[in-house]
Amino acid sequence: MIDIDSANMKALEGLFEAEPLLVGMGKAKDLIPGMEGKILLHSGPPIEYERMSGPLIGAVTGAALYEGWASSVEEARELLGSSGISFEPCHEHDAVGPMAGVISPNMPVFVIENKSSGNRAYATMNEGLGKVLRMGAFDDSVIAHLKWMEESLYPVLKSAISNRSNSGEPISLKNIIAQALHMGDELHNRNKAGTSLLFRALAATLVETCDSREKLSRVLKFMDSNDHFFLNLGMAAAKASLDPLGLIEGSSIVYIMARNGTDFGIKVAGLGNTWFTCPAAQPDVLLFPGFNKSDVNPDIGDSAIMETYGIGGFALAASPAIVQFVGGTPEDATRYTKEMYEICAAQNKSFTIPQLNFRGTPTGIDLLKVIETGITPILDTGAAHKDPGKGQVGAGIVRMPSEAFAAAAEAFADRYA
Amino acid sequence: MLKKLLKQGPRVINIGLQSFFDALKQQETRAVHVDWRPPIVRGVLLDKLRKLRKGTAK
Repeated sequence: MIDIDSANMKALEGLFEAEPLLVGMGKAKDLIPGMEGKILLHSGPPIEYERMSGPLIGAVTGAALYEGWASSVEEARELLGSSGISFEPCHEHDAVGPMAGVISPNMPVFVIENKSSGNRAYATMNEGLGKVLRMGAFDDSVIAHLKWMEESLYPVLKSAISNRSNSGEPISLKNIIAQALHMGDELHNRNKAGTSLLFRALAATLVETCDSREKLSRVLKFMDSNDHFFLNLGMAAAKASLDPLGLIEGSSIVYIMARNGTDFGIKVAGLGNTWFTCPAAQPDVLLFPGFNKSDVNPDIGDSAIMETYGIGGFALAASPAIVQFVGGTPEDATRYTKEMYEICAAQNKSFTIPQLNFRGTPTGIDLLKVIETGITPILDTGAAHKDPGKGQVGAGIVRMPSEAFAAAAEAFADRYA
Repeated sequence: MLKKLLKQGPRVINIGLQSFFDALKQQETRAVHVDWRPPIVRGVLLDKLRKLRKGTAK
């Protein structure tokens, strides 16, 4: 008979020993496994073009224009609707992407290596807030910004990151996350401290490796202006740390949660690589001026990997300032974190919350606890406009729908009971 | 008993919906809230999962 508690302990020991390091950068087509031909990766569980939500349609349209596969929006839509392009989840390619999460072959990606188990994860560079590809925007300014990131930002960062890595001092993302939690980030919608710490870690090497003061100035200004720059790195760190859990027989720990704007999906350690899905939830959003509730698309993005890792919405108590962005009060933030302890198997050994007397963050969502308590994971999240091309409308709180957990529970019982 | 209740007013244990508790507090009623939700699955499946957790399945 299977010993679930022992299997969960084994899974969590692996998670706590994970050491995600920033080891390099490269083009997606050169690094991401299976990134061949006209392929676009997206957030969440698998989905065909006909069922994609507005922001995901907007993002894949933009990616087709960015790649030069089409020269107009109409041409791009025709191509996307044909069988000429394959769509696959980032998660099936060792990658993660926030919001629409679209990764195309020529996009530069960070390489994160989990030193304890040797596996790697990949994520693009964060574009900033507002009218950006990941929120479904795709006009000329969005494509031009992506091109600047590829042609100017990427080479400068790549040189510095390679230099750190080759000199035996790759940046420890786990250390940055642990420190950022003590500086008011929860690492999902607030990455101000994480970005600042990354900036510090890279500063000297950037100066040493960049041959142009003008180029360096633009790179540093961009990083300084984008408080979310660390988000994608944190997500890839979480992905690299969690992926080895997919091989733990008998464990009821959830090791992937992701949304594509239409569906929400999870994977459970003891059930391997199978997605369990249901319709995505509707976030409760603090709207930017000029938008209303009917503009908000259902929940979208791989960024739920942060809560799966024990931070983000699970660490809201560490980030009282975040409520100004996602809504609610600091008391609500603490209540959410305390509630998540009810469905987690452990307290994190590296990530602690000063406001809770340095208690470890709730970590390791236990499917069986979710089922028994009726409590589903809570996330703080960005929100995209439901129509393609409009971009971000706000940020808020969203509770994951229970149906995917119910489906996973049935499969778990079928396999082990 | 009823007289005592009517005289002293109710003391309420609210189970489940937070909004019911909030409404009681707004009316200055003495109340405590128990945060409880029903399990996500029921019946045979729930029994199987509980046995698995206790290590008593099969």
